[in-house]
Amino acid sequence: MHIVVCVKQVPDTKIIKINPKTNTLDRKSAPAILNPFDAHAVQEAVKIKRLTGGTVSVLSMGPPQAVDVIKESVEIGADRGYLISDRAFAGADTLATSYALSKAMEKIGKEIPVDMVICGKHAIDGDTGQVGPGLARRLDVPPVTNVLEVSEVNAKENTVLLKRKLTSGYELVQANLPCLLTVEKEINEVEYSALPDMIKAAKYKPVVWTVDDLVNVDRTQLGLKGSPTVVGKSFTPPKPEGGQKLQGSSKDQVKKLMEVLQDKKNLLFQSSN
Amino acid sequence: MSIVEESKGVWVFIEQNGGKIEGVSLELLGAGRKLADKLQVPLAGMLLGDGIKSLSSQVITYGADEVYLVDHPVLKTYRTESYMKSAFHLIKKFKPEILLYGATSNGKDLASALATDLATGLTADTTHLDIDLENRLLEASRPAFGGNIMATILCKKQRPQMATVRPKVMKELEPDTSRQGKIFEETVELKESDMRTKVLKIVNDVTNKANLADAHVIVCGGKGMGTEENFQLLYQLADVIGATVGGTRDVVEAGWLPHHMQIGQTGETVSPKIYIGVAVSGAIQHTVGMIHSDLIIAINKDPNAPIFDSAHYGLVGDAMEIVPMLIEQFKQMRNAKGGEISYA
Ligand SMILES: Cc1cc2nc3c(=O)[nH]c(=O)nc-3n(C[C@H](O)[C@H](O)[C@H](O)COP(=O)(O)OP(=O)(O)OC[C@H]3O[C@@H](n4cnc5c(N)ncnc54)[C@H](O)[C@@H]3O)c2cc1C
Ligand SMILES: Nc1ncnc2c1ncn2[C@@H]1O[C@H](COP(=O)(O)O)[C@@H](O)[C@H]1O
Repeated sequence: MHIVVCVKQVPDTKIIKINPKTNTLDRKSAPAILNPFDAHAVQEAVKIKRLTGGTVSVLSMGPPQAVDVIKESVEIGADRGYLISDRAFAGADTLATSYALSKAMEKIGKEIPVDMVICGKHAIDGDTGQVGPGLARRLDVPPVTNVLEVSEVNAKENTVLLKRKLTSGYELVQANLPCLLTVEKEINEVEYSALPDMIKAAKYKPVVWTVDDLVNVDRTQLGLKGSPTVVGKSFTPPKPEGGQKLQGSSKDQVKKLMEVLQDKKNLLFQSSN
Repeated sequence: MSIVEESKGVWVFIEQNGGKIEGVSLELLGAGRKLADKLQVPLAGMLLGDGIKSLSSQVITYGADEVYLVDHPVLKTYRTESYMKSAFHLIKKFKPEILLYGATSNGKDLASALATDLATGLTADTTHLDIDLENRLLEASRPAFGGNIMATILCKKQRPQMATVRPKVMKELEPDTSRQGKIFEETVELKESDMRTKVLKIVNDVTNKANLADAHVIVCGGKGMGTEENFQLLYQLADVIGATVGGTRDVVEAGWLPHHMQIGQTGETVSPKIYIGVAVSGAIQHTVGMIHSDLIIAINKDPNAPIFDSAHYGLVGDAMEIVPMLIEQFKQMRNAKGGEISYA
């Protein structure tokens, strides 16, 4: 089995803070990390490989620093890494991203044919979850999104059995290989490797391709040019009418709040009889 | 004629599961009605499934002028490829200018796949929709990454303009059984043997579902509670007033609450009668999920916390001091009323 996992470098939104005065994000404060969902995606690929044998590759599109997330993926157990990095890719929305990734995937597939692609459910910065299914369409493989569990890999029949999260509950889906999965966090616990492997991972040098290394690329479909969505204006949501801060000591404020609530008789505190 | 000039009408993907239309689809008919009226074009439902023709009347009752449908046994359960193929056929033939989907597992899946084949723009998880009438453009807004602001996303050159919309944000219309509509049924060639996925079983798991969505009163805790132990105080408050406890993403990431109790852009959207946010900073990714609550009360020790911009009433102070006082006051009130607190 050759499994390719798509991994994205994102700013750590847990640490990143918004300055309440300027309403902007303090980007400098934000370390770049491997998108948490993608860490689970790599882990799942490694788990499958333990059962079936084969190769786990990771693919990322991003600036040169994105090699870090490839190294982190190798730490989790990936065997190879590919980074596509070029100004031509910059400013891509999900449509242009899936196009660029599909072109890299075609080239990877020429080296070793790809049996399965795994993406995260979404990236925590843009948060769209649109790249996975889009990539599946471009590669002409069936997508199965929101996967909670890979229950069975049947290499003989070339099928996988998956548990897919629904709005209320889940479904069991059988998919033919090759296919593309997007995974939820519940799918596994990420295990990082032991120290010797970590050192190996830190030294790992991924393959880096620019747009010229990819074959049959329609440049009008890349980056900003290839992105049909544009960001228009931005605005602050309207404040609720009559919003106010209560004044005084904690005790006074609590008292005032109770009065307000007492007044809203239609809202609460009718006795239950 | 260009694709932009050619495309007319507002469509809503009607998501049905086992012959029952999802709530979010009805909400989107309500939202779509407004957009269609502004543009002076018809509103249509796109209905796909097996034996679902009879659902057309409900779609019309809830605001649609037209229903475009494909009824086929292969569409019995949702699968990306069969639904995609059917939707693609309808869209190519009838050319809507706008197409909205609920931001559910299946809605997002279908929209993402279709956007690729149609080479058009798709905005994810929008919470606000409007029309720029001058340019006849859909303004689909969502919390921007990088600031407490909303960003409006446009798709100028491709059609249809597509967006997935968070459940419980838009309001459905009062059903009107006297409404009349036109039904267009299309046949699409689908073969089970061509399908590369099979749904073997669907398990409905209602017990594990957040009851946040149905709660009348919510006490929402933020990371400012400090420790998991302090967070327990909120359960005491909730207990006295009959509320459900939810939290911010930071709280969920700290492991104090399961994910299905998270409120916000990547959690649940709630609209209770009363929302009490305790030690919640009020990031936009959080407030989009609670801003439709009838009464919003915020407790935060920082007078500049953005949550106060979203609150009807704000209490500035230490939660560890204020919450016990509130518990005490509510207890007294409850006793005075002789029993439980109920909500109108
Ligand atoms: C793509 C994306 C999606 C996101 N989705 C969500 C989502 O769905 N839901 C969500 O909630 N967040 C979401 N977030 C995260 C969001 O941006 C905020 O980081 C998060 O909501 C902050 O959580 P918090 O208010 O609990 O913590 P903090 O921002 O750390 O705020 C803690 C607050 O507590 C106050 N405080 C501290 N001590 C006390 C005390 N003793 N008494 C009173 N007040 C006190 C502080 O003044 C502060 O305002 C998302 C972010 C991104 C980038
Ligand atoms: N630039 C990228 N490089 C590699 N993979 C990506 C990239 N952007 C998105 N992905 C993959 O697509 C998933 C969903 O991303 P998104 O649609 O942006 O939420 C991520 O979890 C990744 O697996």
